[in-house]
Amino acid sequence: MSLKTSPVNIDTPNRNVSPARPRPTLRDRYGDRAFNIAATAILLLSILAVVYPLYFIVIASVSDPNAIYEGKVWLFPSGVTLEGYQRIFADSRIWNGLGNTVIYTVLGTAISVTTILCGAYALSRKDMPGRKILMLLFVITMFFDGGLITKYLVVRDLGMLNTVWAVVLPGAVGVWNLIIARSFFEHTIPNELREAAQMDGATDFKFFFKMVLPLSKPLIMLMVMIHVVAQWNSFFDALIFLNDDSKYPLQLVLRNILIQSDVSSTGTTGGDIQSYAAAQRIAELTKYAMIVVSSLPLMIALPFMQKHFTKGAMIGAVK
Amino acid sequence: MSRTIPARRGRPSAAPLPQRRISFSLRLKRISRAWQLYVLLAPALVYILVFKYWPMYGVQIAFKNYNPAEGFTDSPWVGLTHFIRFVNSYQFGQVLGNTLWIAVLGLLVAFPIPIILALLVNQLQSERFKKFTQTVLYSPAFISTVVVVGIMFVVLSPRSGLVNNAIQLAGGEPIFFMGSAEWFRPIYVISDVWQNAGFSMIVYLAALAAIDPALHDAAKVDGASKLQRIRHIDLPGIMPVVTILFILAIGNLLNVGFEKALLMQTPLNLSSSEIIQTYVYHAGLQQAQFSYSAAIGLFNSVLNLALLLFFNTVARRANQATLW
Repeated sequence: MSLKTSPVNIDTPNRNVSPARPRPTLRDRYGDRAFNIAATAILLLSILAVVYPLYFIVIASVSDPNAIYEGKVWLFPSGVTLEGYQRIFADSRIWNGLGNTVIYTVLGTAISVTTILCGAYALSRKDMPGRKILMLLFVITMFFDGGLITKYLVVRDLGMLNTVWAVVLPGAVGVWNLIIARSFFEHTIPNELREAAQMDGATDFKFFFKMVLPLSKPLIMLMVMIHVVAQWNSFFDALIFLNDDSKYPLQLVLRNILIQSDVSSTGTTGGDIQSYAAAQRIAELTKYAMIVVSSLPLMIALPFMQKHFTKGAMIGAVK
Repeated sequence: MSRTIPARRGRPSAAPLPQRRISFSLRLKRISRAWQLYVLLAPALVYILVFKYWPMYGVQIAFKNYNPAEGFTDSPWVGLTHFIRFVNSYQFGQVLGNTLWIAVLGLLVAFPIPIILALLVNQLQSERFKKFTQTVLYSPAFISTVVVVGIMFVVLSPRSGLVNNAIQLAGGEPIFFMGSAEWFRPIYVISDVWQNAGFSMIVYLAALAAIDPALHDAAKVDGASKLQRIRHIDLPGIMPVVTILFILAIGNLLNVGFEKALLMQTPLNLSSSEIIQTYVYHAGLQQAQFSYSAAIGLFNSVLNLALLLFFNTVARRANQATLW
């Protein structure tokens, strides 16, 4: 495998090599070196562009807001304060939202993953009559859908508005995930295994639960993670289907505070200008802290999840 | 005739004969034997019937005057009234223009960047640096849209934002980024790249890893430089994946980023941030004009489907990988 340029190339002066016959010349190797340097530089800049804003948010969340106003916070926090975090942990909306998010995430993930795994397995079985037509029914929905309004009306007609179900059901099964799961089953569960199990009298249920699922741990992990991340981060279904604040998931609470700048609960509204300025100051500080707190759980889990997501990309690419 | 049949019979387990040859009772028997599979499929099937096909059936309200008491089926027909009203409304040009602007800009900028990143990362020598780059670049994909837009608002804030502090340090005037229509599109696209380029890169990296290393070795022996190898080995190698993802991106062209656009909207940037889907949301759910907004949504879906079919055909003509 060692394809390093032979010493001959270094000894022979380059001008003697005819340009018509490309060989690993010194110039080429300089070209490669220049390429390596450029590639590394571009990637380092990209890394910086991704990391710096996040790093800034973290240091800003513990800095004195006045120092941020004055542009003193660049690389290190200035006038360290934990007031922002104290405010968040004292804010009942955040805790309530967090609680709701946990419930929606657990329930939504359980429903989605179960439905997808069972459905995808059935669709992976070539001996199921009507398989092609059924698959087509699913694929069509990838390319055409009824739109937001009719979805809303259906959820309303089902009487699900303002209930947990409106958050966890309408987006439960992504056809793309179903296809990934199906091709995983098609590629990893050998037909012979099933035939042998059937010979021994195993029913389809028994085979699926006792053999297929234990063999599909990477897929199950991938599906669980996809849905945990999606549900944890989602806000839109909650926005349109829920109207009771106490049921809002964390992301919707965040949206109201971060983006709609709803500072009402920071206490000192009304009153004199000074207390208004103080409230403003706290509000800014809280925003940074809130971004950190809400993203932290997934960021901590990221190294653990990475392996599975990379595998998932492979499964998807196999398709 | 008599030639082919024995040959087929001779194949082991050549059970799948053409469907019509199977007698009705045999088919029934097969179906009933597979009942447990249908039970496994049932929840997913019920799901798409209720949450996908029922809304699709409901799309007929785009041609009706929807009335909650009468429901999808019994509301009176009004033909194309709602479509005509939309096309003639003063927002039509603006909303359609904004949608296409974002979509095309997103495609031109956000689609090639992950490919370039993957090609660069793939060329890195050090496995550790490769892993590290990959992890860092895709971490923003796990941050929610709400938080990303929240970050925009704080980082771009005219009073205390990081970017404006830098501008002022360089002697410039602070810019009210989130409150200006001109800045909406650049911010939208840049943040899209920032958040998603690293994650999209992974699929291309997987495709690059599948390229036969012998090709690279042979090219090296022939004295190909890295750039030449990227151009003549890597790029052709991942082209099928690129084509498929491009067609899928086209298929979602008018759907993506709706949530982010909605979150980024402020009364001041509305003239460039109001896209078809946010308009549907405002007209439909906030003003309860169900039929009118369903018509606009349908307009969007049909336009989208047309684009998808068009590009799939183009790809097939060009002998590239296609969806079907």
